[in-house]
Amino acid sequence: MQNKAAFKSGFKDGIPIGLGYFAVAFSLGIAAKNAGLSPFEGFLTSFLCNASAGEYAGFTIIAAGATYIEMALATLVANARYLLMSCAMSQRLDNKMPFFHRFIMGFYITDELFGAAIARPGTLNPFYTYGAATAAAPCWAIGTALGVLAGNLLPARVVSAFSVALYGMFLAIIIPPARKSKIILGLIAVCFALSIAASYIPYVCELSEGTRTIILTVAISTVAALLFPVKDEEECEVVAE
Amino acid sequence: MRGNTYIYIAVMATVSLLIRVLPLTLIRKQIKNKFLKSFLYYVPYVTLAVMTVPAIVHATQSSVAGLVALLVGILVAWFGFDLFKTAVCCCATVLILELFLVR
Repeated sequence: MQNKAAFKSGFKDGIPIGLGYFAVAFSLGIAAKNAGLSPFEGFLTSFLCNASAGEYAGFTIIAAGATYIEMALATLVANARYLLMSCAMSQRLDNKMPFFHRFIMGFYITDELFGAAIARPGTLNPFYTYGAATAAAPCWAIGTALGVLAGNLLPARVVSAFSVALYGMFLAIIIPPARKSKIILGLIAVCFALSIAASYIPYVCELSEGTRTIILTVAISTVAALLFPVKDEEECEVVAE
Repeated sequence: MRGNTYIYIAVMATVSLLIRVLPLTLIRKQIKNKFLKSFLYYVPYVTLAVMTVPAIVHATQSSVAGLVALLVGILVAWFGFDLFKTAVCCCATVLILELFLVR
C-alpha cells in the first residue's frame, strides 16, 4: 500500500518532469538528426542513456566521427555529476535494499528525477522513482525521436516556455529547505553568484556546462562541508520537512 | 573514420549506466566520516543551484523572460508550491512575457 502511494506520488511529480523533458528532448533530437541518426536510433539513445548534456556530447562525437574511446571519455565527463548524485543517494537507501532496486534507481538518476527523489523525507522508496520514471522517461525517449523526425515544427515560443520547466522544478526542490535553514539559503546564494561568475571568467567559461557544474559542485560542497559540518539530527530534520 | 552508430550508442549507454549504478550498488553502509557525510549532504543543493543559474536565463528566447521566470519560481517555491505548480508558473511566465518581448 505504501509502495502504491509512493508510485502515485512519483508519477504525479514525474508529469511536469516529462513535459520539460519533452521540449528538451525535442531539441536534442535535432542534434541527433544533424549527427545522422534515425528516429529509432535517437529513441534508443535516450531510452538507454537518460542524459541531456551527455547525449548531446555523444551526438557531437558521432557527428565528428571520433573514436569509441573519445565517446567513452566525453560521456564520462559530461555525466560525472551523476557519480556524485549516486553517492549522495546511496546514503538515503535502506541498507538491505536489494540489487535490482538499486540498479533501476541508479539507471534513472537524472538531474530532475534525482532532485525529485532526494527531496522526499527519510529513507527513499524505490517505487517513488519508478512512478516518476514511468511518467517522465517515455517523454524523453519519444521526444528525442520526434525531434529527429520533425525538429522544426514546434513553435519557438512553445519550446522556449517548456524549456524553463526543468529549472522551475529545481527551484521547487532547493528553495523550501532554504526557507528553513539559513546555511542552505546562504549556500544557494553563493552557488548562484559563483555559477554566474564562472560563466564569465576567462578559461573557465570555455569549459562545457557539464564540466563547470562538476568543478563548482565539488568546490562549493567541500567548503560548505568544512565550514558547516552537518549534525546527524539536522540532516534528518531539514530533509524530512 | 566514422564508427558504427550502434556501437557508439552502446559505449554511451554503458558509461552512463556504470557511473550511476556503481556507487549506488557498492556503497551499502552509512558513511561515518563527518566531512564526507556533510559533503554528500550539500551536493544536491549545490549542483541543482549551479545548474539553474545562469542557465535559465539562456534557455529562453528572451533572457528577460528567463530572469523573471527565475524570480517567480523562487517566490512561489518559497511559499510552498510543489514541483508541478512551480514548473507551470515558470512556463506560464515565459509564455506570457514572450508574447510581448519576442515578435
